[in-house]
Amino acid sequence: MANAISTDFGAAPISLWRRGKDVGVTIAAVAAVILVLAPLGAIFAYLVYKGIGSINWAFLTQTPKPVGEAGGGMANAIAGSVLILCLGSVLGVPMGIGAGIYLAEYGRNRLGNFIRFTADVLNGVPSIIVGIVAYGLVVLTQKHFSALAGGVALAIMMIPTITRTTEEMLLLVPSQVREAAYGLGVSRWRTTLSITLRTATSGVITGVMLAFARVAGETAPLLFTAFGNQFWNWRVNQPTAALPLQIFTYAISPFDEWHRQAWAGALILIILIVVSVSAVRIAASRGMMKGN
Amino acid sequence: MANHALGAPHVSGPQPTEKTLVVVETSAQSAPLVQVGGNEWPDRVFSWTMLLCGLSVLAIVALIIVELVTKSNLSWHAFGWRFFVQSDWDPVNDQYGALPFVYGTIVSSVLALVLAVPLAIGVAVFITEMCPRWLKGPLAFTTELLAAIPSVIYGLWAIFVLVPLLREYVQPWLAKYWGWTGLFEGPPYGIGMLAAGIILAIMVVPIVSSMTREVMTAVPQQQREAVLALGATRWEMIRVGVLRNARAGILGGIILGLGRALGETMAVTMVIGNRPEIAKSLFAPGYTMASVIANEFSEATGDVYLSALVEVGLALFLVTIIVNILAQFLVWSVTRGTPARANG
Amino acid sequence: MGVGIKVEHLNAWFGKTQALHDINIAIASNHCTAVIGPSGCGKSTFVRCLNRMHETIPDAKAAGKVEIGEMDVYNGTSAVSIRRRIGMVFQKPNPFPTMSIYDNVASGLKLNGFRDRKRTDEIVERSLKYAALWEEVKDTMHKKSGAGLSGGQQQRLCIARALAVEPQVLLMDEPCSALDPISTGKIEELIFQLKEKFTIVIVTHNMQQASRVAEFTGFFLLGKLIEFDKTEKIFTTPSDKRTEDYITGRFG
Repeated sequence: MANAISTDFGAAPISLWRRGKDVGVTIAAVAAVILVLAPLGAIFAYLVYKGIGSINWAFLTQTPKPVGEAGGGMANAIAGSVLILCLGSVLGVPMGIGAGIYLAEYGRNRLGNFIRFTADVLNGVPSIIVGIVAYGLVVLTQKHFSALAGGVALAIMMIPTITRTTEEMLLLVPSQVREAAYGLGVSRWRTTLSITLRTATSGVITGVMLAFARVAGETAPLLFTAFGNQFWNWRVNQPTAALPLQIFTYAISPFDEWHRQAWAGALILIILIVVSVSAVRIAASRGMMKGN
Repeated sequence: MANHALGAPHVSGPQPTEKTLVVVETSAQSAPLVQVGGNEWPDRVFSWTMLLCGLSVLAIVALIIVELVTKSNLSWHAFGWRFFVQSDWDPVNDQYGALPFVYGTIVSSVLALVLAVPLAIGVAVFITEMCPRWLKGPLAFTTELLAAIPSVIYGLWAIFVLVPLLREYVQPWLAKYWGWTGLFEGPPYGIGMLAAGIILAIMVVPIVSSMTREVMTAVPQQQREAVLALGATRWEMIRVGVLRNARAGILGGIILGLGRALGETMAVTMVIGNRPEIAKSLFAPGYTMASVIANEFSEATGDVYLSALVEVGLALFLVTIIVNILAQFLVWSVTRGTPARANG
Repeated sequence: MGVGIKVEHLNAWFGKTQALHDINIAIASNHCTAVIGPSGCGKSTFVRCLNRMHETIPDAKAAGKVEIGEMDVYNGTSAVSIRRRIGMVFQKPNPFPTMSIYDNVASGLKLNGFRDRKRTDEIVERSLKYAALWEEVKDTMHKKSGAGLSGGQQQRLCIARALAVEPQVLLMDEPCSALDPISTGKIEELIFQLKEKFTIVIVTHNMQQASRVAEFTGFFLLGKLIEFDKTEKIFTTPSDKRTEDYITGRFG
């Protein structure tokens, strides 16, 4: 490619120095790509290498054993993560989509701009801060660490992402489609829900899944909300184990057996996330093809 | 039916022939099929509900501010501005100074940016300007994947892979050849500021590079062609035609990365060593604002202790907010309408 | 049966720009009336004021008196119920992309809360027949998406969709501008048949089309109604100099 820029204009040929610099920069850029991809490769390789040997039936079905005893698993943490994520989604997804609808359909004004801006700001708030707030809101009022508190924290983190993608996707729906519905005498709310939102469904789902994948691995906001638990718990007002929390606790512990399990937990977590992100990507590209 | 016939004479137009006209009984004359005169309440209820959802975003941010400000009040009254310039963190005697955390946060983030920015720009330049078309999608996807890995997994990997690597190979080498700078002194623990900076760099690269990619793509193709037409090499085209036009946006991307690095908690907590000391050497353990909250919040017993931790949180919140707003404006300046000078 | 339309002192604005100036017109029932004029003259705005579509654009407003049959459009009736009585066909065919052909036609009924499945089937069939689309789609209408049809078929689908709610007036805003000549011919043929049952107002930039389909024609210029008369008169002996300039192609 670099040589494609030919010099035969009759002008002075490109000097060796300039061409050398061009080649040098190309090499540097390739090196940067390799340097960035190396840790990614290393992380995945280690996850698989260390994790796969430790995933077994017991790991997936049992609760943790006391220190020193071999065996045990993270079943309660996996279940706890599912519980907390469900709570977070139930609270966050409708709010986020609603806010996105507001911005897209009613938000062409000062208030809309302000909400848009605030959503972007909220997106950048460190997750640990969200944890503090959920602690103050839920844990202090209930006087309990709880799955609910964890769910509230995750919901707060999901809302801005869902809001902004929903808005973007709704705005992609051509205004003619809306006009067609208005022209039939369909009321505005029916049009928004049954026509606009329905047309944008695949895009909105993409946004929801991205938000979901993002919070699925969050640890910091759960530290003093869900708190963790060595046992099974299904009640929303009790401390609950979560996969990322368990990985954290085990990783910084001094026991080899726990380290092994931390890798196994991490492998499960990453599989969950990669599967949902790729599913979204496939769904989105298929949706785009259909849209054309 | 009262027609406003306008005194219109029956106009001779091409009359439809009977056979082409589909005659079907129509009920247009009788009662309308769908009720007319539906009330406007459902519409109003709907728009109010959506507005409420939108306002909830404002409410959440307001709540965060109120929560942080009221809960840190105690500590603020006890220590005032001294809180940020004192370096004792002593829960036993209820004396709190956040300087070591501020220092640790800044140093680890800056270190991360120093390492990440050249790499991130390199990757972005490669993907947008050099890479063959078939490789573009997969490469962009892979860097996105890097952003999807949870912090705790980066931490796990750092503890068991990165830290031993640093301890055995990198740190001895640095100490030997660069020890005179004072930045690489002391026993090579592996764990410490350097490890935190490196893991943060790995986490920040995807953000900076995807923002850079976005603003580079926003540079109009004509800018590139104009420079190429002058007989520039590809690098000169990138430097003059692309990077110069996109620089405000790239700066925005870097600052966005800074915002992420400042607030990053888990991975840093797992490798930085968690010791509230200020040391010049990057080998020494440190502590950051986010990790002190992560480690001590649920164990904080005294009211002042808890309040001091929330105050650390408030400071972190304010700094990340300012950094993020700054970044947004810089990115917008490029992606929304190219700067005026580009159009002449 | 269609009903007549009476417009008195109609004014419309986009923000601060006035798009229509004091329009007075009476449109005959069960006839086709064409609205012509150079682009930007307010002809689209005019028909969009008749069913209050104009006000769906941010910052747009309209004032004046519009009577459709016995309905007072700008007084005492909600915009939504006006639009249920008045069908509209737009410039670009706009079937709902995620719905089948059948669902597209039935959408006006379903979204307005009409639940009778059997009646819906009948109405869909009848509307597709009106729109001369039935034979082409009757076997695939449940499976095929409305977006999968050709441009001309899509526009006839949109006509069927508008007719399904049994309007009294059908507004067509340049319905053929995105279509090829053959599809245009089909739509024009359709207009002849439809005016037996509906009052039709068609906006067109194509003067030949106006002379082919309409009994009456109104000429708009710069937001004003310059002349309104029988089509033959407009095209042969217009009484206003500006109309003459336009139809003889001296501007626009």
